[in-house]
Amino acid sequence: MSAPRRRAPLARMGRALVALAPMAWLGVFFLIPFAVVLRVSLAEPAIARPPFTDIWEWADGVLTIILNFGNYLFLIEDPLYYTAYLNSIWMAASATLICLVIAYPMALAIARAAPRRRPMLLMLVVLPFWTSFLLRMYALIGLMAPTGFVNTVLGALGLEPIVMLQTDFAVYAGIVTGYMPLMVLPLYATLEKLDDSLLEAAHDLGAGPTRAFLTVTLPLSAPGIAAGCLLVFIPAVGEYVIPALLGGPDQLMIGKVLWTEFFNNRDWPVASAVAIAMLAFLALPIMFIRNALGVKE
Amino acid sequence: MSQTAAAPAAAAAGRDRADGRPFIRISGVTKTFSGFVAVNDLTLEVREGEIFCLLGGSGSGKSTLLRMLAGFETPDRGRIEIDGQDMTGVPPWARPVNMMFQSYALFPHMSVARNVEYGLRQDGVPRAERAERVARMLELVKLTPFADRRPAQLSGGQRQRVALARALVKRPKALLLDEPLSALDKKLREETQFELLDIQEKLGTTFIVVTHDQEEAMTLGDRIGVMDAGELIQVDAPRDLYEYPRNRFIAEFVGSVNIFEGRVVEDEADHVLLGDTDLGAEIFIHHGLSCQMGQTLWVAVRPEKMRLTAARPDDARNAAQGVIEDIAYLGGLTHYRVRLDGGKTVRVTRANVERRHADGLTWNDRAWISWPPEAGVALTS
Repeated sequence: MSAPRRRAPLARMGRALVALAPMAWLGVFFLIPFAVVLRVSLAEPAIARPPFTDIWEWADGVLTIILNFGNYLFLIEDPLYYTAYLNSIWMAASATLICLVIAYPMALAIARAAPRRRPMLLMLVVLPFWTSFLLRMYALIGLMAPTGFVNTVLGALGLEPIVMLQTDFAVYAGIVTGYMPLMVLPLYATLEKLDDSLLEAAHDLGAGPTRAFLTVTLPLSAPGIAAGCLLVFIPAVGEYVIPALLGGPDQLMIGKVLWTEFFNNRDWPVASAVAIAMLAFLALPIMFIRNALGVKE
Repeated sequence: MSQTAAAPAAAAAGRDRADGRPFIRISGVTKTFSGFVAVNDLTLEVREGEIFCLLGGSGSGKSTLLRMLAGFETPDRGRIEIDGQDMTGVPPWARPVNMMFQSYALFPHMSVARNVEYGLRQDGVPRAERAERVARMLELVKLTPFADRRPAQLSGGQRQRVALARALVKRPKALLLDEPLSALDKKLREETQFELLDIQEKLGTTFIVVTHDQEEAMTLGDRIGVMDAGELIQVDAPRDLYEYPRNRFIAEFVGSVNIFEGRVVEDEADHVLLGDTDLGAEIFIHHGLSCQMGQTLWVAVRPEKMRLTAARPDDARNAAQGVIEDIAYLGGLTHYRVRLDGGKTVRVTRANVERRHADGLTWNDRAWISWPPEAGVALTS
């Protein structure tokens, strides 16, 4: 009894050290940049280098802090921004749903495949990740361009070409193909753990395949569905590359707006405010949902 | 002995009805898994209301047979009938039997009551009736206070009873139990055995129990079918199985036994004499046998039917001398291991009816072992 107690401070220190590493990582690569962006979002644009004012001034023993909330007010006043937010969330949510509908049968099929074939099938899912994201998107352009592969084939068959690039369809195709593995993998992880005897029990108690799926497989894979959806939805909302490459100029997505503010308008404060607002929009509801789920478990 | 004490009514009822019609009829069923024959041309009839135990080691095909009854596996050949209805091509969800899984397979995301209710929901039983049947079933398995708990919040024994309630609530024509007690510790297992018998007696449902534990099979079963390598070796009541094993495999599989080997030297109508035995003396079989001179025969004697004496027994047949090598005192019983002069080790069990055995036999004493002729079972294979 006394030996472990004597060892306890050391053990506690070890545990603290282990916890410290990710904390330090988060601090350096998330918290500090976040603070910088937050600061910039409260400054005013200036023709200077960097292109914004300081938010505090020290003169004659007086510390003056100037917080400019004008950038946030601007976001609310100009419909451009909330239209872009809503459109991004809508597109990301739709793309996530499409991803889920395609990925679920894939994950289920892999989980039900013979154990020795599973690594190969998983490899096929992950394989696209081995090529650069950008390359995959350019490949999609090659497929969907007016004189691209699909239209060439259609032309050869004597059919009218289809306009695909610069449409919503192209953006959805980009998000779905780009993020598919992030949906398949967590789904597979939960489905693979699912005890076969639970399904057999459901069948034995009178549930046919559909009922057994709806009452046993689906509810028990909810954690995988939640994880996969978050992994696709969150980056998809702020996605810039896909709408920029595949989407049309009239598509308002927040990632593109952000880019325009930063690099075309060089209005860093407004751009930072856009970023902070997006984080608040996304992070708060997700934290709330996570808490609600956590309580249930 | 315990089974007759615990469920005489059910057993008797089962046997009475039995002679009329077999309730579950398995005929010529074969099942092969990629070349491995799990069940080989097996034929078996189970009577209505009885507890039938399928006893066998791992890989004996007993679980495969049970899974074929439930509909999870399809026989390659042969036919399974339940209550006169051919089960070929009937999926698990349409069969009139329910199964209690070895792992219990309780739905972790549902409460105890919802687990039990599940089968009734699938059948579209109206809500009021569902609630009533679930409540009655929970009462039967003494789980009413736990209705709202999740399976993870229950002990092993409670989970086992939820699984039982869930499988019984649909009033199946037969309940299939896959190693029903193997996940419980020894003490709980004994209590649960008798609870199972109680419940079976109340409901009169036909039970088919798969187990590798012969004690469990003896306690539960009205009849036991011993399986090995996909075949039924012997089907009998527990007592018959123990007292009249058909061959050496059964004798050794069910209980412990001493098996002596010898060759027929005298073959008369009313007795057979074995010579050249590993007992070191002639063995007398008190009844006639169809055998040939010189044929190898075996005699199986249960340890508790052996006698251990300091002096040579008066009836000098089936006796040999040896040295007591080991004594295990268990309170009610004492196990002895005696090494015969011929080298064979023999197990003898004595009931401790007196506080101390008068002969005071102890380690390294020379002693005689013997058995009355009617205690032995002659085996030809």
